[in-house]
Amino acid sequence: MFAYEFMREAFIASTFIAITAGLVGVFVVSRNMSFLSHTLSEIGFAGASFGILIGISPLAGMILFTLISSIAVGSLSTESSRREASISAISSLFIGLGILFLSLSSESSSYATNILFGSIVGISSKEVNQLMILALFVIFVFIIFYKPLSFDSFDHIGARAAGLKTRLLSIAFLVTLALSVSIGAQIVGSLLVFVLLTLPGATAKYLVHSVPKLIMVSVGLSLAGVWLGLYLAFVTNWPVTFFISAFEVIAYFLGLSYKNWKLNH
Amino acid sequence: MIQAKNLAKRFGNQLVFQNVNFTINDGDFLSLIGPNGSGKTTLVKIIMGLEKKSGGELLVDYKQVIGYVPQFRNIDIDYPLNIEQFVRLNLKFTLSRKKRRQDNELIKTILEKTGLSKLKDRPLGLASGGEKQKAYLAQALLNEPKVLILDESTASLDVEVKMQLMDLVKELNEKENLTVIFITHDYDLTKKYTHRALFFKDQTLKEVDVSDVSEDMFDMGG
Ligand SMILES: Nc1ncnc2c1ncn2[C@@H]1O[C@H](COP(=O)(O)OP(=O)(O)OP(=O)(O)O)[C@@H](O)[C@H]1O
Ligand SMILES: [Mg+2]
Repeated sequence: MFAYEFMREAFIASTFIAITAGLVGVFVVSRNMSFLSHTLSEIGFAGASFGILIGISPLAGMILFTLISSIAVGSLSTESSRREASISAISSLFIGLGILFLSLSSESSSYATNILFGSIVGISSKEVNQLMILALFVIFVFIIFYKPLSFDSFDHIGARAAGLKTRLLSIAFLVTLALSVSIGAQIVGSLLVFVLLTLPGATAKYLVHSVPKLIMVSVGLSLAGVWLGLYLAFVTNWPVTFFISAFEVIAYFLGLSYKNWKLNH
Repeated sequence: MIQAKNLAKRFGNQLVFQNVNFTINDGDFLSLIGPNGSGKTTLVKIIMGLEKKSGGELLVDYKQVIGYVPQFRNIDIDYPLNIEQFVRLNLKFTLSRKKRRQDNELIKTILEKTGLSKLKDRPLGLASGGEKQKAYLAQALLNEPKVLILDESTASLDVEVKMQLMDLVKELNEKENLTVIFITHDYDLTKKYTHRALFFKDQTLKEVDVSDVSEDMFDMGG
């Protein structure tokens, strides 16, 4: 499959995306932000449509929308940002907006399908470079904030007690989350990007008990899903997104069963 | 030293306390007592800078490390870290090999002191109430604080574990001059361990002699 240029590009881009998603996912889960990452992907859909409407790239539109909303969320208090009813109200609004922007733009509806369901195969090398740079930026932010962010994510009260600037950490995290949603959507689509952002992290939680191991397992599962998905899609011509989500969901339930089995033995 | 002058706290219209004056000296072992809702947790949160005061003055040297074991914590059964990992969260990031070796030593020492060495690999979510409290204490003690604030850390523990924890705190108080602020509803522990007692009554804080502390000071009637 690597004989084809477009498969090589797809492979490189998804590798970087999978690493960031797996990394960010550990903290999405420990900060109880699965729901928020779902909402951000819907906001991202509106952003991508907006990008198409005004003639910037869908990726740029997505980053614009998700960054603004994640910073807005970060400046609210944590409790109110997690109020699920108001969050789902906001996400319906953004889905509606996304549909509006798309219908206002002159582009064909295949664009909508790409945004919603992903379109990694056929990505250009310029786009690959953009994704790589964004992914490296996210990884870089994590390296810088690794210790305090772990403390805050796994023991928020303790971190505040130890005098950490938890508000700043929260905003830094939300920025990386927004970027991860935007780049992840390029491969699995905005409809399912939260699969990559939450399931590997949630599965890891059932298997291992330290922050570095959680990250390793989560990134491993995310990479495995993405690579396997690309390969199977190449062989069968079925959508990549289907294989990735199937893999991550199966891994999740296996992890859950393993944990339950361990509790009873 | 921690000093309050006419400190007051309100939540909206609700007055929690006012005219609070005290001086806590280095090496004090002090109990903070009073009925439920009298403002004990709120006062230590203000000391920690986690809550704003509404009036008065508070002098705290924030350059000194303050260890704080909060009253509530969100640790559910699915919590992913084990006890050692949880305690480690309170370490600063470092790339230096030497510093990391020292950190490992610190962890080892504190797990030994708190009696957690054998339990260090147990997932914190599955640990018992007493084991969790020991882990919280270990985390707070990791950076060798000058002041330790315990917010009902011994509630719901059996007598033996209570004494173990308090003996450890007492040892640090005596040997290392650790200042201890101990919030409690436990009459016996107050009598046995603390040297001074601050007592919330009528929306203000009063100092009482430990020998004059009576059981009704911990209840609503207090
Ligand atoms: N964030 C808050 N907003 C509004 N009211 C609050 C808040 N935190 C505490 N209170 C109120 O302030 C009062 C003091 O609460 P606090 O938690 O300090 O009591 P406490 O002495 O620690 O009680 P307990 O012994 O039950 O732990 C209570 O009436 C409580 O309802
Ligand atoms: Mg309290």
